[in-house]
Amino acid sequence: MLFFLSQIGRFTLRQLREMGRMFLFLISALALVFRPPAKIRLIIYHIKTIGVDSLSVVLLSGFFTGMVIGFQGYYSLKKLNAESWLGSATALGLLRELGPVLSAFMVTGRTGSAMAAELGTMRATEQIDALYSMAINPVKYLVSPRLIASLIAMPLLTAIFDVVGIYGAYLVGVRLLGVSSGSFFSGMESNVVFNDVYSGLVKSLSFGLIITWICCYKGFHAPPMATGVSQATTESVVLSFVLILVWDYFLTSVLL
Amino acid sequence: MIRVVDLYKGFGAQQVLKGVNLELAAGKITTIVGTSGCGKTVLLKHLNALLLPDRGQVLVDGVDITKLGQKDLYQIRGRFGVLFQGAALLDSLTIFDNVAFPLREKTEMSETQIHKKVEERLEQVGLGGMGYKHPAELSGGMKKRAGLARALVMDPEIVLFDEPTTGLDPVLATGIHQLIARTQEIFGFTGVVVSHTIPQVFEISDYVALLANGVIEEINPTGKFQSSQSPLVQQFIRGETEGPIEAL
Repeated sequence: MLFFLSQIGRFTLRQLREMGRMFLFLISALALVFRPPAKIRLIIYHIKTIGVDSLSVVLLSGFFTGMVIGFQGYYSLKKLNAESWLGSATALGLLRELGPVLSAFMVTGRTGSAMAAELGTMRATEQIDALYSMAINPVKYLVSPRLIASLIAMPLLTAIFDVVGIYGAYLVGVRLLGVSSGSFFSGMESNVVFNDVYSGLVKSLSFGLIITWICCYKGFHAPPMATGVSQATTESVVLSFVLILVWDYFLTSVLL
Repeated sequence: MIRVVDLYKGFGAQQVLKGVNLELAAGKITTIVGTSGCGKTVLLKHLNALLLPDRGQVLVDGVDITKLGQKDLYQIRGRFGVLFQGAALLDSLTIFDNVAFPLREKTEMSETQIHKKVEERLEQVGLGGMGYKHPAELSGGMKKRAGLARALVMDPEIVLFDEPTTGLDPVLATGIHQLIARTQEIFGFTGVVVSHTIPQVFEISDYVALLANGVIEEINPTGKFQSSQSPLVQQFIRGETEGPIEAL
């Protein structure tokens, strides 16, 4: 029994220590954002890798998500004789919830895993040590520019996801199932308020921060071997997904 | 210039360094030899505080760098150049940009000055005109030379070489050794070489230290080291399986 309790205690302490390290890593990366010189070229490069390179997967998933909402929304609303509400239901669902969460999932899978693998490989091949030895702070060089880039790219990707999703729902609802185009858009116009857009924006910003933080942390501290890199990549994706959902719950309860 | 005092380092239950004492002569090349996995690289990484000890001191000009804050530590590290075992070139950059990297990050030099200095260093290591290539396009020997050019580009006072010839054929290994000796003559840096390529590495070393059992068992000028009567040294030099060092 004592052994069992000591194991639980050891596990808890280890997890607390890890959480402490993760928060210190985030604070340090955020603080270094404000320390000159600003790495403008690196930030632009990472906006491309996080934003542009994830665009196709975000477009595709946004479009099909919208079409599914079109079908499911029509089926549910028809039971209540409220098909004309399809536009506003789609827009609210996408703007407030599905857009930020699903585009964050796509970016985690597409770019977050690549971040963890890249930094993990840099750790294994002593490239991070090389930066330290050149008196260059690797967190400022490798992590801070990615943080800024993700804060810029994530809201834009989410906005694109929302627009494409609404278009997908329009195609299914209006063109395929015969919902009136006027009611689809007028319902959206009258029911969607700025707070809905704001809520999605806040979520996408914080999800961008979570993805970059977790994936960079896991890669940066990966054990310096091939299995260490693969383990860091897997852990970064799983932990990002979980944290996105948990944080989404808290934000929703605050922003509702 | 560099003095290691009673240095201890362990990883989990494994104690690697068990009280290392070592003094490195300024402006000379000291080679640390020892069996694979005896802690040579661990010791080397303590010299510029890439690793911090569990106990003990690393004194650079009398300053214990294990106790320094980040700002002072970066200042001290600026005096070091390091050639890593796998060269540790940044994959995403060309060879030119790798060598130019510390100049762009740490100095106010203009691009013209940087270009001139980088080309000069690349010429010195025999990679003139190859700057446009990426690390993935280079052979092992060329990577080491590019790594050496990067290590030397800031004109460091101290250069650490972590197994500079590992994985290279004997001809290339000799070439790298000659390059280290030649660049040391030109720049006059204090060199610390970790290697088990013996006896070839003796040709470029002023001093040789044997790391075994977690401590420096012997350090002497190269000639004296080679003629040492210590059974440890003799077994290591001759590569014998019988003796105080366990072969397997």
